[in-house]
Amino acid sequence: MKDGFRQSMAWLHTWSGLLVGWVLFAVFLTGTAAYLRPETSFWMRPELGVSRPAPGDAEVALRAMQGLAPTSPSWFIVLPDERETTTRVFWRAGPGRGGFREAVLDPATGERAAARETMGGEFFYRFHFQLHYVSVLWGRWIVSVCAMFMLVAIVSGIITHRRIFKDFFTFRPGKGQRSWLDGHNVAAVLALPYHLMITYTGLVLFMLMVMPWGVERAYPGDRAAFQAEAFGREAARPRVGTPAPLVPLAPLMEEAGRHWPGARISRVNVTNAGDAGATIQLVRADSERISFNAQSLTFDGATGALLQARGENRPAAEVRGVMYGLHIGRFAGPALRALFILSGLAGTVMVGSGCVLWAVKQRQAALKRGRVGFGVLLVEHLNVAAIAGLPLAMAAFLWANRLLPTGMTDRAAWEVHVFFIAWGACLLHPLLRRGRRAWVEQFALGAAAFALLPVLNVAVTERHLLASLLGGDAVRAWFDLGLLACGGLLGALAWKVSRHRPAGAGRRGGRVPDGAEGEPARAPAGRAAPAIAAATDA
Amino acid sequence: MTRAGLAAASLRARLPPGAELRRVGGILLRVAAGVFGGYGVAALATMLLSVSLPMPRAEAVVTATMASFAVHAGAMVWAFAARGAWRAAGGIAGAAAVLWLSLLMQGR
Repeated sequence: MKDGFRQSMAWLHTWSGLLVGWVLFAVFLTGTAAYLRPETSFWMRPELGVSRPAPGDAEVALRAMQGLAPTSPSWFIVLPDERETTTRVFWRAGPGRGGFREAVLDPATGERAAARETMGGEFFYRFHFQLHYVSVLWGRWIVSVCAMFMLVAIVSGIITHRRIFKDFFTFRPGKGQRSWLDGHNVAAVLALPYHLMITYTGLVLFMLMVMPWGVERAYPGDRAAFQAEAFGREAARPRVGTPAPLVPLAPLMEEAGRHWPGARISRVNVTNAGDAGATIQLVRADSERISFNAQSLTFDGATGALLQARGENRPAAEVRGVMYGLHIGRFAGPALRALFILSGLAGTVMVGSGCVLWAVKQRQAALKRGRVGFGVLLVEHLNVAAIAGLPLAMAAFLWANRLLPTGMTDRAAWEVHVFFIAWGACLLHPLLRRGRRAWVEQFALGAAAFALLPVLNVAVTERHLLASLLGGDAVRAWFDLGLLACGGLLGALAWKVSRHRPAGAGRRGGRVPDGAEGEPARAPAGRAAPAIAAATDA
Repeated sequence: MTRAGLAAASLRARLPPGAELRRVGGILLRVAAGVFGGYGVAALATMLLSVSLPMPRAEAVVTATMASFAVHAGAMVWAFAARGAWRAAGGIAGAAAVLWLSLLMQGR
């Protein structure tokens, strides 16, 4: 019975993983890129120079908002910090989910940042939890369901592995399917705590959306009361109707300094500015604590009196805050962030190698039977586009950022369109170039696209690598070096895949036996493994 | 479901047609029990814990909701670990029934 149990767990692991593998791969890779959201945004706005946060940034932003959205009921101001060099502002301009507007401001002047229109790193960040071209709600549901399957795949995967510690030290490269399995295991086991953490905390982020039943039961029809009790989110004070100017910010900042000695304020939220019922909320920087359960002080906007201090008790809410914080990793310094990125890449490799492993196994089984069905071909095809195509599309996004004319209408949207056009092309490409060639070409093109970005920088911007190094612009210098590293990594993959000879197979002009329907039982199992099998070496 | 069909195809050659139908039916039943039944069990457990955990109400809701994903994952694993598909479905249905009855007894 024991083996039966393990077998059914293996089955569950395979199918729960494969079913959502392609979405998960994209979520993992763009999510990993999202750890560098401020840096990506900075790189994508080459017009902006290095700037340091200044004490007056909040005042400047408030003045700017009075010009931008004087009648809006709510402003959200995200102040610059050591990593983010612009002031980002959001405000409600109309009802509903679509009623928000946003702008990127120069922290020193409060003018709109004099930079090209771009989503910057925000795109990868948002795509990784709500996709694109679908409504925000649908995107979040899809990603949440995929994350649930991921959790099941991890749990059943752990059960399947009786030799979890041995697998940790087992890697046999160049052995086709065996190498894939080893690579999959190493990537999975090495960062297992990370994978479990990131999947579970990811689910917790949207828990009230996918699992609202506890709230429904304990607070029937009164979600606002739950929000207030659990997270201290009081409903906004209503508009009074009497105009009153906002109090100066400086005394409130001093009050916050007394409340949290040495703390930095990262966000300022204002409701009903210009009305006697206005409130000003100061939120403590989330980079200072692991927990994302934001601590904040809310003041009366007209008198400056402290109305509410929030986020200091409530263990369960704090646990959720820690989970939230762990997921987004904003508390992490450079070294820890690098570790997060490596773990994220390990997760990406785990998902990708799992998808490829499935295709390799199925093809072998199919060749033994003498016929490769449509399903195997479909999975192989989608694997190419989902795994090799995505990095290429990400590079295309960065190319679009540099090459689209700056005055173009909907420029930011077109950067994103280019990303999806490139990805779509990667989906069509394997129709023309079967099997290994499709892999090699997409990896190679991706490698070239990344490696040439710093070169493109020399041609079209003032912010090339040398200028960044000489000018002390460490972020852009590292980013350019990182792009070169991405190019190198993809190049190594392309090289590995092109060089790989399936065990026992002679030279076949670089062709994978893809049209296997014509040459059935002749091909021995080892020879049938698609040639990409060695790619996990990298 | 095309991929489930694929897996089925790999065994089709070796099994008689009736057994194949039973196998696919069993898998579908387990999937339904694990995914949808499991969600139901997780939702019921969240509701029950939200009003019965010995802590302030808001705390109980947050705790129960956070734990719900472990319940759901556990239910899915159970649905595939159980010896037979009907046993799996029965186990999930039984758990749901117990939770539901407890909720009813709690009243409100």
